[in-house]
Amino acid sequence: MGNGTPIGRVRGLGTAHEGAHHWIVHRMTAIGNLVVMSYLLVSLALLGDYGHASVVEWLSSPLAATAIILLVISVFWHARMGLQVLVEDYLHEPGTKLAILAALNLAIIGGGAFAIFSVATLAFGRTA
Amino acid sequence: MSQRDQQNPARPLSPHLQIWRWGPHMLVSILHRATGDGMALVGLPILVWWLAAAASGPGSYATFQAVMGSPLGLLVLVGVSWAFFNHMTSGLRHLVLDIGAGYELDTNRRWATASPIIGILLTAAFWAVILLK
Repeated sequence: MGNGTPIGRVRGLGTAHEGAHHWIVHRMTAIGNLVVMSYLLVSLALLGDYGHASVVEWLSSPLAATAIILLVISVFWHARMGLQVLVEDYLHEPGTKLAILAALNLAIIGGGAFAIFSVATLAFGRTA
Repeated sequence: MSQRDQQNPARPLSPHLQIWRWGPHMLVSILHRATGDGMALVGLPILVWWLAAAASGPGSYATFQAVMGSPLGLLVLVGVSWAFFNHMTSGLRHLVLDIGAGYELDTNRRWATASPIIGILLTAAFWAVILLK
């Protein structure tokens, strides 16, 4: 943090101490979410019923499986960034913040991997 | 003497909510954060459960359907879908603001008022399609 120019005096003072890359990726994943969520909502509207057979038939097609795997990546990434901002804004004790952000990473990566693996299982034809 | 040295350390970093006169943009901003983080905490576990139940077989899926198809489950699903459409419309508004447009006072107020209303209308339209087909 410098003390010369106005930008130097404020740089790094936000709750995250950095930001432009986070900010841009948050917008980029938002645009991704628009595409994949539109696909999901239209698919749900077109699905005949929501029983196991219909959902599995739809989800195991290559197009749907690819779209939903991409949805999990884009949405989970975006959600992680949003929750990170929430933690940075409202939790002020550095140790607590670090612990919650570590737990957040575990939950997002674990949940995302589980979701992607579930779709892949159906797409590759093992319907338990 | 720099500007930082003249600041009273007891001053807050920024004025809190009660300082401002309420406008629609404030509600939209708060709803954007609440619906986004609400979806992350409630919607994503439901999404993971849905996909995992489908992959685990008809028995697991029947449990998922019984819980999410119950009145309480449907209420949660309607809530999550409203959160999505509300977050989507206010998010689109944010993308427009991010490119530097829409800051004129009346334009800003108009879209701040419109975005949650459009969110509710889209939620109603989505469920109408689901329930009436």
